[in-house]
Amino acid sequence: MSNTMNTSVFKPIAPRPAPVNTEGPVAWVRANLLADWKTTLATLLIGGVLLWLVPQLLNWGVFKAVWIPNFDACRAEGAGACWGVIVEKYRIIIFGRYPFDEQWRPLVATALLIGLLVLSCMRMAWKAWLPLVWLVVFTVFFTLMHGNTLGLSQVDTDRWGGLPLTILLASVSLVLSFPIALLVALGRRSNLPAIRSFCTIYVELIRGVPLISVLFMASFMFPLFMPPGVKIDVLLRVLVGITLFAAAYSAEVIRGGLQAVPKGQIEAAATLGLSYWQTQRKIVLPQALAMVVPGIMNNFISTFKDTSLVTIVSLYELTGAMSLALNSDADWRPFTIEGYIFIALIYFVFCFSMSRYSHWVETQVNKSKLR
Amino acid sequence: MTSNTPPKKNNWSWRSQAFRGLIYQVIAIAAIAGVVWFLAHNTLTNMRVRGIQSGFDFLSQAAGFDIGESLYPFDSAQPYWQAFLVGVTNTLRVAVLGIILATVLGTLLGVGRFSRNALVRGLCLSYVEAFRNIPVLLQLLLWYVILTEVLPASSEAWVLGPLFLSKGGLNFPIPVWGTGQLWAAYGLLPGLLLGWAYRQWAVKQFEATGKAGSMVILPALIVLLASVAGWALGGAPTEFNRPFKGDFSIENGGALTPEFLAVLMGLTLYTASFIAEVVRGGIASVARGQGEAASALGLNKAQEMRLVMLPQALRVIIPPLTNQYLNLTKNSSLAVAIGYPDVVSIANTALNQTGRAVECISIVMLVYLSTSLGTALLMNWYNSRSAIKER
Repeated sequence: MSNTMNTSVFKPIAPRPAPVNTEGPVAWVRANLLADWKTTLATLLIGGVLLWLVPQLLNWGVFKAVWIPNFDACRAEGAGACWGVIVEKYRIIIFGRYPFDEQWRPLVATALLIGLLVLSCMRMAWKAWLPLVWLVVFTVFFTLMHGNTLGLSQVDTDRWGGLPLTILLASVSLVLSFPIALLVALGRRSNLPAIRSFCTIYVELIRGVPLISVLFMASFMFPLFMPPGVKIDVLLRVLVGITLFAAAYSAEVIRGGLQAVPKGQIEAAATLGLSYWQTQRKIVLPQALAMVVPGIMNNFISTFKDTSLVTIVSLYELTGAMSLALNSDADWRPFTIEGYIFIALIYFVFCFSMSRYSHWVETQVNKSKLR
Repeated sequence: MTSNTPPKKNNWSWRSQAFRGLIYQVIAIAAIAGVVWFLAHNTLTNMRVRGIQSGFDFLSQAAGFDIGESLYPFDSAQPYWQAFLVGVTNTLRVAVLGIILATVLGTLLGVGRFSRNALVRGLCLSYVEAFRNIPVLLQLLLWYVILTEVLPASSEAWVLGPLFLSKGGLNFPIPVWGTGQLWAAYGLLPGLLLGWAYRQWAVKQFEATGKAGSMVILPALIVLLASVAGWALGGAPTEFNRPFKGDFSIENGGALTPEFLAVLMGLTLYTASFIAEVVRGGIASVARGQGEAASALGLNKAQEMRLVMLPQALRVIIPPLTNQYLNLTKNSSLAVAIGYPDVVSIANTALNQTGRAVECISIVMLVYLSTSLGTALLMNWYNSRSAIKER
């Protein structure tokens, strides 16, 4: 008895494999590409089209493309995309009409501004000193771009252009529109009928018309609005137009957040004896604003894309600078498509990373609800 | 009995909320009135100083410019108001067509995100990410360049069956209007009535007996058959006005200009990516148990989508979808960048010719405001119809 007990050690039998393979690439292909005859047919059809299309695109865009800035090589028979046009013209596309020798200034200024935007996106920077940093960076940005101090030559705003202008328009209008949007959103939920109707009219009026009509107004009608003799820079006028436009959209997003705060919160604040502004500042806004961050972020993305419209009122931001670079040069004009693809990629990189960031913020904000 | 009501508050004290509210509103009204007066005063002074005329009387003067494309004949001798009308119809034409196409494409892409096929899912996702992250203006410009530079000249147009595609745009055959078409229209009317009556009967039959007859396909077939019968009665004309290659351009048939095609494609493809996200969000918002319950009841996939998922998803989809329709209509104003004669482009020309900035820009704003409000009202009505009927 004892002998057998000593010799028989518990040996578990190895688990049998699952009857049908449910893991690994083979199973994934089976479940996602070849599940039944319909799925298989779709896979074959789409796969066939992709197999036919992708090599052609690759041939055009990579293998047969011309990378040297030589338009004769680009015009050669059988040549693919002409990326040489970018190599030749990238400084005009990115910096517009800014004086060629001074282009290190917009480069540094834009790098600073992008750095600031990236910094503001990080959690460790969400502190009280951030607005101060914004103020400093904007001062440096304008000093660098405009010059006329510290031994820098003066460059008027009508020569600013390209990517610096795009980022400037988007970020300044974001920053300036936020306080306006906040006040308008509060005003739309106010008990005072006059204030409520003014805010409603403002928001509905702006949201009912296209941005381009606001920009036309800024460029044609704004000079008439000012007292005789007062001249306002066209960049500033367009900036005011975009800011007022963005504010109406942000106000609606913020109003959505305000409405999502339960009524009991406001009633509890009233019970504690808080005044209207105390209630808004300490109870309502902290809850509402956390909810609207993704929405505001989406508005920022659309404002970023909308800045391309200022090219219609003759400010040469990225889109305008690109037309400027190629339309003035008959040799390179036939390669406009490559130029458009290049700036489309720039826009895509910015907008895509911002929308990814917006997703991340959304998960951060929702963390408190997922307990 | 003594009254327990608190002593009456002094209505004219700073401590009264109502009084403070009144003061705030008076201040707000005064401030806004002041700003409006300031702007109006400056505008009038500036106009007097610069000798700018004002008023809408220019609308009845001859326009003096031709318009590239319009739904009805227009020449430069006709007055400005008719030019504006051409612009409005052009805007509406591209907006309505764009809305229809973008809805179809967007819905397909949105539903495609739930496909069991990974390739379909991946394609829909990459489409959405690619198209919504590039400015719509850039897309319009890109399509316009592709349509006017990559396509062959009209003498070497691509022939796709009866269609001709070239730098000159898309030419397509149109049927010659004859008695047959008129009879088809006559046939359509009783067909519609008959189809509607049959559908009513089928619904009643279904409610009474539970036997589901054909409620969509058969009525549609009745309508179709009736109009075909009318067409056959009218002599069954099959004559088409086909386009053909002329010496310099493609002649006859219907034509769409490259400007129109570029605006339409740009707006449709851009807005479809947003509509796809709206549709995806709507379907994702329906609780998982709903679909499972539907299959437990024995509904098939199509019935589950049509009777259970979509009615619930629609409630979530419609408000943001309305916004996308309005966005598309407003974005059609970008047509000015590629020279499609929409209302903004006409207003811009009129502004440059007459110098009446205030009037021209107000007309543009008024047109868009009324379209926006009209669409919003229509969609709100539809939204209230599809909302949950609560007690």
